[in-house]
Amino acid sequence: MSQFDRFLATFFDWEIIRDFLPALGQGFVITCELMVSIVVSGLALGLLLAVARTFRVRAVNAAIVVYVDALRALPPLVLILLAYFGLPNVGIGLSGFTVVWLVLTLVLAAFAEEIFWAGILSVRQGQWEAARSTGLGFLQTLVYVVLPQAVRLTLPPLTNRTIAITKNTALGTVVGVGEILNQATTAQSFVGNASPLMAGAIAYIALFVPVVVLGRWLETRYSWRKA
Amino acid sequence: MDAVLDQFFNLQIMIDAWPIIWRGLLMTLLLCVIVIPLGLVGGLAVALLGTVRSKPVRWAVIGFVDLFRAVPPLVLLIFVYAGLPFAGLQLSPLAAVSIAFLLNNSAYYGEIYRAGIESIGAGQAEAARSTGLNAFQTMAYVVLPQAIRNVLPDLVSNTVEIVKLTSLASVVALPELLYSADMARSVTYNTSPIVMAAGIYLLMLWPVVRLLSRLEHRMGH
Repeated sequence: MSQFDRFLATFFDWEIIRDFLPALGQGFVITCELMVSIVVSGLALGLLLAVARTFRVRAVNAAIVVYVDALRALPPLVLILLAYFGLPNVGIGLSGFTVVWLVLTLVLAAFAEEIFWAGILSVRQGQWEAARSTGLGFLQTLVYVVLPQAVRLTLPPLTNRTIAITKNTALGTVVGVGEILNQATTAQSFVGNASPLMAGAIAYIALFVPVVVLGRWLETRYSWRKA
Repeated sequence: MDAVLDQFFNLQIMIDAWPIIWRGLLMTLLLCVIVIPLGLVGGLAVALLGTVRSKPVRWAVIGFVDLFRAVPPLVLLIFVYAGLPFAGLQLSPLAAVSIAFLLNNSAYYGEIYRAGIESIGAGQAEAARSTGLNAFQTMAYVVLPQAIRNVLPDLVSNTVEIVKLTSLASVVALPELLYSADMARSVTYNTSPIVMAAGIYLLMLWPVVRLLSRLEHRMGH
């Protein structure tokens, strides 16, 4: 067997990959479910926190800043292990899926809050004043005037950050969530061949390359606008 | 309440776990000292390659960057650590982590340097060349110093991400901070060692995150 054939047999054994496809499909669905639920709840919570911050209640804002700082400083895997192994001992048993969803939602919310808040700050004070002077209320000004502009500005950094955090769904494998990586490592140790791992990596690439390219496109598009 | 205190903030267990956690912390620091410079240099190489004239090279750079930004770091790490041995390449955990992180971090740092280089007007490079500096000198003395200044917050922010990322090394049994804490947890059936590790990460990274937050708001990011 030539070197190349051996390489193919090790990483691209079609028979093994074919047998692995159903499990990979299951993992793919679970990864997608996790991703979508994290993106929806994380961005919603982040936006909510950023809006809460505009009311400028000192105690609330201090609490938000502490929360954001802590979740930006802590590795997600530490939080996942903490919640997964710690909470059952105090009577809160959560499934691996729920733990990963919860932790990554909180992490994404922290980053998203920072980005939304920076966006809100970047909308000039005059816009607020002009909107208020036309008779719009505070919330109306926020929703119809400030947020639409703020969110546009934040799209590129928000996309990149969201991609980086949703990629952490792979950490679910550590707490037994049957997502793509988990299926791949299980199958790999079962068949003693690296092809399932390769197939899993390709599944991730298929899932994320389009979003990465979209992020790149958003970045160029918005930098043109700036210039 | 007592149960919570006992489970998460058990001082006696924390004291007992300290020696192993301390060794873990040293390993985490060693990892940082290896992977951060590797990533910074790899990223610079990626960004510089991205500025060359040849189209195929530029396309290859974009392909590299997008590929390694799309693959989750843990997948890459497990691929290097558990997949490559099948091809006859058996790596120690430390080597596997270094290689996986080099690929991942070069892609991220590379994108940041690229944004920095693009933020410097072409006129700067032209002016530098017209004074007689060659291409290398222009890049090294004129473009890069300004480019790096412009993207400093992003570079620091990515470095924070890398320090956090080193916790993934626990998955391939490299005895860094999180691995040591998790070992202590499984021996004591108590979560306090992980709380302790979390506290150490906070101590290390909170000041940097605070600084970043101020930098970002001042620069109007």
